[in-house]
Amino acid sequence: MAPYRRQIAMAPIFMIIEVALELLQPRFMARIIDDGVGKGDLRLIWVTCLLMLGTSALAVIGGAGCTYFSSLAGQNFGADLRQALFRKVMSLSFAETDRFTTASLITRLTQDVGQVQHMLVMSLRMLVRQPLMCLGGVVMALLIDIRLAGILLLLVPPILFMSLLTYRYSRPMFSLIQEKVDRLNAALQENLAGIRVVKAYGRSDYEKKRFERENRGLSAQHLRTARFMSGMMPLTMLIMNMGILAVLYTGGWTVRSGELSVGEVMAMVNYITQILFSFMFAAFVLTDFSRAKASADRITAVMDTQPSVVDPEGAAPVAAGGRGACRGAAVEFRDVSFRYPGAAGAPVLQGVSFAIRPGETVAVLGSTGSGKSTLAHLLPRFYDATGGAVVIDGRDVRDYHLSDLRDKMSMVLQESVLFSGTVAENIRWGEASASQDEVEAAARAAQVHDFVLSFKDGYETLVGQRGITLSGGQKQRLAIARALLKKPSLLILDDSTSAIDGETEGRLHASMKEACGDMSILQIAQRISSVCNADRIVVLQDGVIVGQGRHADLLRSCRVYQEIVESQTGEDLSAKGQNGGLNHD
Amino acid sequence: MTEPKKPALELQLPPRWQALVERTMAADAKGGGSRQGRHMGGGGHHGMHRQVVRARDARGSFLRLLRALRGRTLWLLVMFALVISGTCLSLLSPLFLGRAIDALKVVKNEVPVDMDVLWRMLLFLLLVYVGNTVVSFLQGWLSAKISQDTVCELRRDLFAKLQTLPLTFFDGRTHGEILSRMTNDIEIVAQVLSRGVVHFFGSVITLFGALASMLLLSGRLTLTAMVTVPFCFLLTKLVAKRIRAYFLAQQTMLGLLNGHIEEIISAQKTVKAFNHEEQAIADFAILNQELRRTGIRARILSGIVPPLMNLLNNIGYALLAGYGGWLAMQGDITIGVIAAFIQYTRQFSRPVNEIANQYNDIQSALAGAERVFAMMDEEPEPADAPDVQSLATVRGELSFDNVCFSYKDGEPVLRDFTLQVQPGQKIALVGSTGAGKTTVVSLLMRFYEPRQGRICLDGVPITQLPRQCLRQAMAMVLQDTQLFSGTVRDNIRYGRLESSDAEVEAAARTAGADAFISRLPQGYDTILSENGGNLSQGQRQLLSIARAVLADPPVLILDEATSNVDTRTEMCVQRAMIHLMKGRTCLVIAHRLSTIRDADVILVMAGGRIVERGARRELLALRGAYWQLEQSQAALLSAE
Repeated sequence: MAPYRRQIAMAPIFMIIEVALELLQPRFMARIIDDGVGKGDLRLIWVTCLLMLGTSALAVIGGAGCTYFSSLAGQNFGADLRQALFRKVMSLSFAETDRFTTASLITRLTQDVGQVQHMLVMSLRMLVRQPLMCLGGVVMALLIDIRLAGILLLLVPPILFMSLLTYRYSRPMFSLIQEKVDRLNAALQENLAGIRVVKAYGRSDYEKKRFERENRGLSAQHLRTARFMSGMMPLTMLIMNMGILAVLYTGGWTVRSGELSVGEVMAMVNYITQILFSFMFAAFVLTDFSRAKASADRITAVMDTQPSVVDPEGAAPVAAGGRGACRGAAVEFRDVSFRYPGAAGAPVLQGVSFAIRPGETVAVLGSTGSGKSTLAHLLPRFYDATGGAVVIDGRDVRDYHLSDLRDKMSMVLQESVLFSGTVAENIRWGEASASQDEVEAAARAAQVHDFVLSFKDGYETLVGQRGITLSGGQKQRLAIARALLKKPSLLILDDSTSAIDGETEGRLHASMKEACGDMSILQIAQRISSVCNADRIVVLQDGVIVGQGRHADLLRSCRVYQEIVESQTGEDLSAKGQNGGLNHD
Repeated sequence: MTEPKKPALELQLPPRWQALVERTMAADAKGGGSRQGRHMGGGGHHGMHRQVVRARDARGSFLRLLRALRGRTLWLLVMFALVISGTCLSLLSPLFLGRAIDALKVVKNEVPVDMDVLWRMLLFLLLVYVGNTVVSFLQGWLSAKISQDTVCELRRDLFAKLQTLPLTFFDGRTHGEILSRMTNDIEIVAQVLSRGVVHFFGSVITLFGALASMLLLSGRLTLTAMVTVPFCFLLTKLVAKRIRAYFLAQQTMLGLLNGHIEEIISAQKTVKAFNHEEQAIADFAILNQELRRTGIRARILSGIVPPLMNLLNNIGYALLAGYGGWLAMQGDITIGVIAAFIQYTRQFSRPVNEIANQYNDIQSALAGAERVFAMMDEEPEPADAPDVQSLATVRGELSFDNVCFSYKDGEPVLRDFTLQVQPGQKIALVGSTGAGKTTVVSLLMRFYEPRQGRICLDGVPITQLPRQCLRQAMAMVLQDTQLFSGTVRDNIRYGRLESSDAEVEAAARTAGADAFISRLPQGYDTILSENGGNLSQGQRQLLSIARAVLADPPVLILDEATSNVDTRTEMCVQRAMIHLMKGRTCLVIAHRLSTIRDADVILVMAGGRIVERGARRELLALRGAYWQLEQSQAALLSAE
């Protein structure tokens, strides 16, 4: 909050001006009635009137100043909080984001921050104004008559009690509301992401029902909360109104005994009304406050989360090599095992050991769910190995700065992601400073240049969530271009050529080698044709390496590999030797 | 489309985001989902571009908001009855208060205070206060109900609308932006509906009630109290439009920011792999900064109104005190009347204030509502023609007749595509990426409408079939798998909702998914996280296949359905699929030629055209494009 200390301090100061001036008004009124009308002093009436006008003009300055500074403080605070939260979310690793879920993180970043921001503005205005009005009212009332004001004292405990009750019970209700908002968002997001499937299966009615469940849930929770609130507020009001009755009654006696004038009793009633209103507003603010507290808790939960994958302490920075260096990285998996956090059953990887020498291409093959992608995810430290070590260029990946580590490598994922923006922006995504020539060179190496030029707008064509529809293979090649632009020491292709036809893929491999000759490549693939030229092929089965070697060696020695080849060529290799048949899983 | 006179707020964004805003605004303004290619303007200079956000038809949006309340006429009537009685009660209290004070006043003339009158007035006041409590409780209760029901319905309608929109709509927007309309914008509308509209009418009623009571007490004082009212309305009118434009700009920015957040967080793996966090944060900062700027302007402008209103009130207050005091001195009115009047002016100025403030709130809600309605007004997928008839049984005969298609003018994706498929035939589409294979499928499913030509199912043009019937006749397994949160079982059952557990499991076995499912911690009842995040891509594809198997349609479409499945599993799947494909029309897109050898017809596509067609034998004999494809795959294999 430090940067807006001035704004936060200024808002209440201006508010104090406004409140102080407003508090004078009933006093002026009493003077008009008692001294002006009572004594027939017309001049006094006019002078007092002018005074009233003057003070209210000043009060505007106070009010406007408060608005100005509180808006400034609120928006600045909100924006900075959002920024800090986003930064935090960016720093979290997958174990944490998986836990929060994407939908909830989005809600927290937008709605919850909004609630807290709203609260700050409200408190700068109301939480200062209303207690001041209240306090001022009390002081003024005390000045008139201690006994009458004593009535106020009686009112304080029940009102405090009611307020605490409201706060205490409404906060969990508001937390629930935010949770339901999460669920609604999740349902929506899923629907948007899967809209093709929804349409293909004609499931819009089913989706509507699913959505309606969350929708109703949210509404019902809102309703429960609002109902609770609608009970508490009038009750608080009633207590205050009883105070007015008491003043009038007691006032009757004091007037009769001549201790107070009628004007003073009127002023008293006015002050009490004012106090009452400030309490009513306080109740409003309290609602907002408990709602904001619920949101603040959700924000804090994210802010307090420590990413599980962090930079090691005192890691020496890697000498600038990164882009352009293109020296192949040496990679070694040493007896690596891995298990997802909280997952039961057999580990995903077990005792995996193999090496990639600089400039080598190593392919990983294996059945669906055998742990290939997980293996790849250990390299950029999306997750940390639970046993053994992953070593790059002689250093454990856990001893690198994350950004150094990830600078060394490019990764193309199974599901290629394009972002809203142009083709050029998407390629340049990992390397913002790259020139147009470099972008085009990367695109050529990824076999995507010609196809980009076939668009009317060429490299300026919009793609991504808002852009044109690209085929799976086109997306994959754009993603590869993005990876190549980085000129990494290590390129990881996680089954990212699956939608590219064999012929193009062949060209792709050749042009990649040409563009970045020395880089090491870890390629996960399904097609033998994609991997048979690799320097080494690692065959995974249920998280364990069952074969390692060149295509020809494996063809002779590895049963699983033979089966994979058979499944693609239709020939029965085992007929030449051992027992035939498939023993899938 | 926009009148230049309407107030507007300029957004200052780098060109890259500018284009996105323009697209959204243009789409909103048209209210039609038609896609229009926009140039990015070369992106040559990097100065800030200005994008003008204009508020549009306010009255129209307001009337539509009110119409949203229409279904709740009865409750609204009850509500108004409550508001009126509440107002009457609060109008009564100053009257009694004045009387009570008059009763005190008697003391000055040495007559004992009229305690009887005082008592009576106090009793009346007590009743009024209790009554008020009850009424405002009921009001709060009811207004919550009305607003929540309305908002719930609004959200439901918007979601239902979303389901009818063509894919072109979704292609043009980020998910986050749509999400923002469904939550942030509707939220604002909700707040106004719950606090605003009812209060607004309450205020109007209070206003007239106070006016009437004041007139009864003193016409001249009433006139004095009213002097400032025209100024109140003038002030409101002056700022309202501007406020709406500012809020619209704010909501637009919020939508953009949401889009960015959603995109980045969903693609977190890529973000991290490319060390792109700092850039993402910098982009975020740009949008955030603009949201901050528009937010500050909107808030300051709307926040400046209440103090000004207060000034006007106080002027009225002073005038009243002066003039009233003078009148009292003349003996025209009693002090009690002044006391009551002051209470009334409070009651009078409060609703005027409230009307003014709520008018501002309503402006911000209208900005939200405009964005909601813009989506409501999107052109849905063209409705089924009125005379469409469902096919009782679908044989699975398909025909494409000179079909042409382009997503964007001047960039044809599919040209003169003609194809006849007999029921039960297996057709394979091969060709390099971007040859238009997936487009064929999208057109068949009527995700997009062809620019030219005709597509028929069983001899009936697909435009003459209800969409539901058309899509139910086909099951499609896509390149990009999509799973929904829920159990594995639920996800497979998505293919046919009424199927039994046994059927679900049988389908999973056919799809080769049974093996890995049984290894999951809770088997079929394992809850999948967001889009099956805890499964591998290949496993997700197997689940999608199981889903299609369960749907049991006459036409089966496999678009790279097993591209991430290992080939051994794929072989098992295929063996099972041979059964499944029997008697079904199948459209298969694949890069691994091994999977399509047995197709009845193989189409080789290039550049949106069919360059070769025929059975494998014929194509091989032709020694053309297909032969080359097979050769290159074989060559790669035997390169060793």
